[in-house]
Amino acid sequence: MKDFFLVFKNLTRKPLRLFLTMFATFVAFLIYGTLTTFQVAIDSGVELSADDRLIAVNKINFTQPLPISYVNRVKGVENITGVTHLNWFGGYYQDPQNVIVMFAVDEGSFLDVYNELIMTDEEISNWMQNRQGLIAGEAIAARLGWSVGDRVPVNSNIFTQSNGSSAWEFDIVGIYSGEDAQTDTNSVYFHYDYFNETQSFGQDYIGFMGIRTADPQLNESVIKAVDDMFANTPFETETVPEKAFNQAFIEQIGNLSLILGSVVFAAFFIILVIVGNSMVLAIRERTGEIGVLKTLGFKSERIFMMVLAESLLLALMSGALGLLATSAVVDLINGITAIQLPVLILKQEIILEAIAIMVALGLITGIIPAVNALRLNIITALSRQ
Amino acid sequence: MTALFDLKDVAKSFVKGKEKITIFEKLNMTIEDGDFVAIMGPSGSGKTTLLNMLGGVDQPTGGEVWFDAERVDSLSEGQLAKWRANNVGFIFQFYNLMPMLNAARNVELPLLLTKLNGKQRKKNVETALSLVELADRAKHMPNEMSGGQQQRVAIARAIVSDPKLLLCDEPTGDLDRATADEILKTLQLLNREFNKTIVMVTHDPAAAKYAKRTIHLDKGEFVEEELVA
Repeated sequence: MKDFFLVFKNLTRKPLRLFLTMFATFVAFLIYGTLTTFQVAIDSGVELSADDRLIAVNKINFTQPLPISYVNRVKGVENITGVTHLNWFGGYYQDPQNVIVMFAVDEGSFLDVYNELIMTDEEISNWMQNRQGLIAGEAIAARLGWSVGDRVPVNSNIFTQSNGSSAWEFDIVGIYSGEDAQTDTNSVYFHYDYFNETQSFGQDYIGFMGIRTADPQLNESVIKAVDDMFANTPFETETVPEKAFNQAFIEQIGNLSLILGSVVFAAFFIILVIVGNSMVLAIRERTGEIGVLKTLGFKSERIFMMVLAESLLLALMSGALGLLATSAVVDLINGITAIQLPVLILKQEIILEAIAIMVALGLITGIIPAVNALRLNIITALSRQ
Repeated sequence: MTALFDLKDVAKSFVKGKEKITIFEKLNMTIEDGDFVAIMGPSGSGKTTLLNMLGGVDQPTGGEVWFDAERVDSLSEGQLAKWRANNVGFIFQFYNLMPMLNAARNVELPLLLTKLNGKQRKKNVETALSLVELADRAKHMPNEMSGGQQQRVAIARAIVSDPKLLLCDEPTGDLDRATADEILKTLQLLNREFNKTIVMVTHDPAAAKYAKRTIHLDKGEFVEEELVA
């Protein structure tokens, strides 16, 4: 600790160089923090998927329908505790650009299978009783300015009513939250019966089924039983765990992990070169001073540690500022309700990982100048002044 | 007086390319406790090499170096560092202060190697700066001080841990006559009043007059010893 003042003074002796080096490192950690937070939020759809929940879709692809009669047949499969069905509505509000993730569902079974959606008993009761009732996640409700009691028209870009209109009227009866901070609350659900009776085509078909199993370890046997049941029919099914379904859905965007990982890697690689070079130069400029310190009796190992401490301090200070800025950016993005993103959270794991990267960056960029300082001969050092 | 330094058949040589360069072959020398020795000689005579060997920053290739009845030429690098911190104060021609530290912090550097706490270190620093009459400049940065003042700070740094020996390499080489005389008087005071043993390398005959004796080196050998009245 006695050397900390010396380390700090050495680090701050050239303010402009320090600022530029810190700024570059700060930007790298800001990129890392923001992109990783973004990726974790995207992945939360997968991470938060229930292990004991399966999705059964049409084997051709998930845009093709299944007959509604399948639901009752699946209910009879052993080791299943709940089955519900959902139908993509293709909704938009007021403007076709204002797309809503919206499903027509069986309200009776929906909340049993998707029990991570939290509403009051009164809201649930109101939804059950009102055929035109709609429940919206708190994120989408905030974005659209909806609240309980509102009556809103929502259009479909796929379906039309039998009267030719593409707009359906709904009563907002509940705003749900998620049991986890990152549970998706950007979706909207309404009664399948209301949808089925009023649509002009495709009656008695559903989009896909959500199935709860008694135990995740029984998933495979349930999957086999369901898919075997509908094998060789015009509507064969493909049943997969929800995690796998969501993962495949995200991968349609592209390999997000690889893209984000590549950006972060490139940022850190550049920083490694910049900071490493800066540290080597800084220590080389101080050759004479290191010689003087050794002459005074400072051991080589102590000077080695001081140089490493300096590069560590640089990485930790810049990284901490980068994480602080990330926190501000995350708050800013979460505050922009026009963006349909899962809630971004700068999680503890991200912070700990960032600290580990800071330490690694500090050690890697400091090791070469520290070894140079360690090996520096006093006579050589003093003669270089 | 007792012998503080005893050099027995000290040799120093190094290889440059294919050529072996010998600086000393068999150098014998004794420096008494409380002595003030000036070492003079032409460039390349081995003055600074001798000073470096006395200070344990360079090691002989032969012979023995004894300090206060302890053989120091065979100590490891780490042991030598500790020995220097305990026994030797260095004063350089170009002061070699840390530019980012103020005078007090520069003087405090050798005390970071001791077990003294912050309060004790501060007290010792004040004492050392008072001794070189720079107590009022404690907070000044090196670039805010004249050459003479910087060298006095360097002297304060050299004496702050109360070493027995001060090694000075051309301590007045970068100073005008008047300032040089002030520095030399300070060294003389440290020798006479505080019994510091001082070995000073210099080109300046006027500076050598402040020492108790002057040794002339040429081609690695003592050619003359002169006692100053």
